[in-house]
Amino acid sequence: MANSAEGSTTHETHHVAESHADHDHHHELGFWRKYVFSTDHKVIGIQYGLTSLLFLFIGFTFMMLMRWQLAYPGEPLPLIGWLFSDETMPGGVMLPEFYNQLGAMHGTIMVFLGIVPLAVGAFGNYVVPLQIGAPDMAFPKLNMASYWVYFVGGIVMLVSFWVPGGAAQSGWTSYPPLANIVMTGQTMWLIGMVFLITSSLLGAVNFLTTIIQLRADGLTFFRLPFFVWAQFVTSFLLLLAFPPLEAAGVLQLMDRLVGTSFFMPSGLVVSGEALDVAGGGSPLLWQHLFWFLAHPEVYVLILPAMGIVAEVIANNTRKPLWGYKVMVYSLIFLGFMSFIVWAHHMFITGMGTAISGFFQITTMIISIPSVIILSALLLSLWGGSIRFTTPMLFALAFLPMFGIGGLTGLPLGLAPTDIPLHDTMYVIGHFHYVVAPGTILALFAGIYYWYPKATGRKLNDTLGKLHFWGSLIFMNGIFLPMFIQGMAGVSRRLYDGGQIYEFAEGVVHYNEFMSISAWLLAVAQIPFIINFFMSIWKGKEVDENPWEATTLEWTAAPSPPVGHGNFETIPVAHRGPYEYSVPGAATDFTPQNQP
Amino acid sequence: MDIPYTITPRADTGVYNAKLGVWLFLASEVMLFGGLFSAYIFLRIGAPEWPGMIHGESFARASDILNVPLATLNTMILIGSSVTMVLAWASLLLNRFDRYRLYMGLTFLAGLAFLVVKAFEYGSKFEHGYLPAESNFLAIYFTLTGLHGLHVIGGMVVNGYLLGPGAKMWKTKPAQFINRVEVAGLYWHFVDLVWIFLFPTIYLL
Repeated sequence: MANSAEGSTTHETHHVAESHADHDHHHELGFWRKYVFSTDHKVIGIQYGLTSLLFLFIGFTFMMLMRWQLAYPGEPLPLIGWLFSDETMPGGVMLPEFYNQLGAMHGTIMVFLGIVPLAVGAFGNYVVPLQIGAPDMAFPKLNMASYWVYFVGGIVMLVSFWVPGGAAQSGWTSYPPLANIVMTGQTMWLIGMVFLITSSLLGAVNFLTTIIQLRADGLTFFRLPFFVWAQFVTSFLLLLAFPPLEAAGVLQLMDRLVGTSFFMPSGLVVSGEALDVAGGGSPLLWQHLFWFLAHPEVYVLILPAMGIVAEVIANNTRKPLWGYKVMVYSLIFLGFMSFIVWAHHMFITGMGTAISGFFQITTMIISIPSVIILSALLLSLWGGSIRFTTPMLFALAFLPMFGIGGLTGLPLGLAPTDIPLHDTMYVIGHFHYVVAPGTILALFAGIYYWYPKATGRKLNDTLGKLHFWGSLIFMNGIFLPMFIQGMAGVSRRLYDGGQIYEFAEGVVHYNEFMSISAWLLAVAQIPFIINFFMSIWKGKEVDENPWEATTLEWTAAPSPPVGHGNFETIPVAHRGPYEYSVPGAATDFTPQNQP
Repeated sequence: MDIPYTITPRADTGVYNAKLGVWLFLASEVMLFGGLFSAYIFLRIGAPEWPGMIHGESFARASDILNVPLATLNTMILIGSSVTMVLAWASLLLNRFDRYRLYMGLTFLAGLAFLVVKAFEYGSKFEHGYLPAESNFLAIYFTLTGLHGLHVIGGMVVNGYLLGPGAKMWKTKPAQFINRVEVAGLYWHFVDLVWIFLFPTIYLL
């Protein structure tokens, strides 16, 4: 082991760290420094968590409004319709422009302000330093900056609804030339994105440095929990995939504010008038730069979820993960491949069969490591004595849901089948299966799993199970009919849900069922919200390791961990992350820090 | 609580935290400029001629519009400033703080000189009405050099801080101060390197 030699040299540093920790306890931080502008990764993780859950709720609300329009086009929204202004919903009836704004902002908020900050900002921040035995992140001030930059980005996005012409309305993909010529909201969107990209850059640098530099003695790379590996690869994706979108954002800002023509082709006519621009640009350029980020972004959404599921499954099957090393290699390969599949989003742009051919091949290749990871998680269940705890239910549901999402993606990765399905509801069904019943269920698993660590109390199981079954059933109620609608040819961006098209006649009535499912999904979140807040005070108190887990956050730190430095003494790792049911061991779990 | 390896390198990785952090940040910067250079290639390949028509006048070579001698001068200035940056760091290692002040001051002045030259270049473009909106060539020129200019300003802010108020750390925590100068240097060399790619691609090719 390379680390055992290094262990002796670093010992000294840790003693220094401990003596300083004692010293620090003497002066208490004030309220603002402790809870608002904190540099403690645990507080920042919780800040990220609460903010991103709020944004998930906002993004979901946008969709619930849109689903009214889709189910009952042109009918005034009952009960709350009067709340909206005449520019958005005169008399409670949604205007097409407002529908487009809600659509664009639903996507943006869910991806960039909801799921990524929850998966990476919240879980990564809270759990990674604890799992690797670090006193904090490598750069605590950058960590704080990262959260506040994210917060400002979120505010910019929300405020954009009140600028003239409303928020961005060219879809979350912001394709030019449309995005170049729409109202001010798009500029706000771009500025908001610059903030969010900066935040994720700061976060990614911090996570990578932390994982590489601050692992406890004895914690070699192949002793890291799979969750840490997932965050590690995710951070690389964030670090390297986001800048090209930033570049694209700069170019689009130039187009919008300075009048350049990066994305404006020559001879463009809008509303019967020739546009007064130099021309010579290419809308395809935006799509290339955008998808260069946005495809790896898909893996940013899914890898932390896989990491959470791996932790929960190992813990609740009471046996090691099946094929841990193969899973790690698959993860790294997946991360690498995710940079060279982006143009499979662009098969119908006319970029040519040779390029399409290349991206079809890479897309088929990238499905292999995903299938390996999913299969390994499934095989991990084999022969385990499974505990059906609340987090485990969510983790188990992730497997088939992500499976549906992944398998329905295959026809989209091949040009001949993608061409008829492109931009239909089928695509919406596909990626929502990956992200909603996939990632979001896994994130819920994570909340139920680590909540006791963060608060010292468990979430209520009855309410948790109610939340689980409601979420699972209604999510499928929303997304399953989308495949049928999509295969009938219904486009994803129709203000009336496809009512005016004859070919949609047989499937358009599903809209009502899907909308009711969406509203019931909101109802299913009520037990969760009650549970989340009530358990802070009323939840069952737990000791440091209520799940009888093996990883360091459970075995070496109290619940909740100590304010400064997490651990009373920095732990030393002696074994791999998932030593469950070791023959001859005293208990069915052997902690990583047990000599 | 102290974070380990803020000053001394970790034995198995061989670097201290900030150094690794800056390298990762620079990797991200490579992707940012990489995206912009790719955009340049993409647009240029699609264009019938380059730089092409500006104000009804056809240009065959970039050097017919842009001022190559001034840009060459700027290249020299930036390369020189990278050398003084290294010397500033080396002076601290040799415990010569006076020399550090000198070399860091020169680095800062070189950054300033670069921006002044750039301002003259921009000024003469504006005078002729060569604005970014006129053609994609000019749009690329202004966007790439402008973004690079912002990076130069960012570097000067850091260098200025390390020269002025930040230099107090030399008395209290010299090892950490040397690290700071080192990572600021890594960034400064990167800014220099970007220009070394920008100069031939935009001005000469």
